[in-house]
Amino acid sequence: MAGDLKDGLIVIVGASLAGLRAAEALREEGFTGSLTVVGDEPHAPYDRPPLSKQVLLGQATADTLELPMRRDPDAEWRLGVRATGVDLLAKRVLLADGDSLPYDRLLIATGTRARPWPNPEEGALDGVFTLRTREDGAGLAERLAARPERVLVIGGGFTGSEIASACRELGLAVTVAERGPAPLVGALGGTLSKLAAVMQRNHGVDLRTGVTVTALNGNGAFTGAQLSDGSRVEADVCVVALGAIRNVEWLAESGLAAGPRGIACDAGCRAFTMYGIVTDDVFVAGDVSRFPHPLFGYQMLSLEHWGNAVEQAAVAAHNMVNPGPLQRPHLALPVFWSTQFGLNIKSVGVPTYSDHVVIAQGSLEARRLAMVYGYQGRVTAAVTVDMAKALDYYRHLIETAAPFPPPPGAQDRAIAADIAIPSAVPDPSVLSHGPTVALTGHLPDRRLTVV
Amino acid sequence: MVEMRTVVDLTRCQGYAQCVFLAPEVFELHGEEGLLYATAVPDDQVERVRQAAAACPVQAILLGEEVSTGGR
Repeated sequence: MAGDLKDGLIVIVGASLAGLRAAEALREEGFTGSLTVVGDEPHAPYDRPPLSKQVLLGQATADTLELPMRRDPDAEWRLGVRATGVDLLAKRVLLADGDSLPYDRLLIATGTRARPWPNPEEGALDGVFTLRTREDGAGLAERLAARPERVLVIGGGFTGSEIASACRELGLAVTVAERGPAPLVGALGGTLSKLAAVMQRNHGVDLRTGVTVTALNGNGAFTGAQLSDGSRVEADVCVVALGAIRNVEWLAESGLAAGPRGIACDAGCRAFTMYGIVTDDVFVAGDVSRFPHPLFGYQMLSLEHWGNAVEQAAVAAHNMVNPGPLQRPHLALPVFWSTQFGLNIKSVGVPTYSDHVVIAQGSLEARRLAMVYGYQGRVTAAVTVDMAKALDYYRHLIETAAPFPPPPGAQDRAIAADIAIPSAVPDPSVLSHGPTVALTGHLPDRRLTVV
Repeated sequence: MVEMRTVVDLTRCQGYAQCVFLAPEVFELHGEEGLLYATAVPDDQVERVRQAAAACPVQAILLGEEVSTGGR
């Protein structure tokens, strides 16, 4: 009976963006039962993107990032307590404080955490940071405000690049060490990564590519690092920006299909068990999920995107309180943005699912462009630099599987450079940071190296 | 009086910058179209942010109270 689904016990594990938006959406969908939200951080849901931007620049403080609610989710909040397991048979979530919560339907939205420096002793040196939580942001902002001599950023992905940008804006010397050939190469491919490298150097970043950091030095406090090319960087602050780890360990004994790439679920956000059988009462949303997408060969996508957390939370909430025939698929295209070195970079689709690119509008020289990514003659992604208004047009091309290279359309002239060049998306194993869009499935026609 | 919070859905934001004109103390362009904003909205800016949210061509601005999570 459909009516029953609007009542009962729902537990959401994860009290960040996806958890909050799902809680709100459940009430919007007419859920009148008992709703409990569990979060391991002792804070109301807060917004993380400003941590690498406004907070470091001193334009916002880390304790003012709470997300505004769209409506009161009328939930019981269990904050500061970690979920330690789930018993699928007894339908209970186990908590670190010994309590357990019964549920009729469960939503898992535990997200990710920053990948720590692999050597715990070096990582514990004073002045070594990761950036994921508001405590991280507050601590790093305080150090940057104290004007360190030099900041070392390990990893040239989006977070690392944004931190480096903030440092330069504050007038601080900064070194970025990236294992790949250029910053952002894992997300955007070869051509745009060259622009990213030029932008960093033009803004005074000491950019070291093709190197790894082999050791962090210091006696109690961080003083510098050794690089794989034999050189040493003297710095008093170090930010480890090596991507994220999915918070799935608590599900190890659960029998769910949870692993390093996330928790596998179907297009309706229903979790799979480890046998690949879909569950009816366990749902997944946000960064911790991996889900199939028809536009990308039904590969399982893992996204670390703000917009995906919002969209997927809404779909999961809808499906939690509606019977099968009324459930919706999560088919939203991946979209993300980054503001760094004065540029606004936006992406739609999956740039790594590509073999060639063309610059459809603008140019690298103008620092303003729309680059379109194609895979086997079909448009699969687009990235704009200071051209966000063009993005919707390319979104339409992706959604309609338009031919690649794309015909002139949004613009009133021939496309800027119609010679497709290889997209040069590297194997993720050559990067020092995890990609924020990861294809984790299998394509028979394309060999993927599982890292 | 609870201090209001704002968040901008930068997935939607296309840099029309109406908010920057309507509430310059809260919204600021960084470069050509990168938007930075104060997450805490002072009382005397709430009405301006409300106008900015209404005027946003892509309806990307959300103004509201943080969730009351009970005794913490």
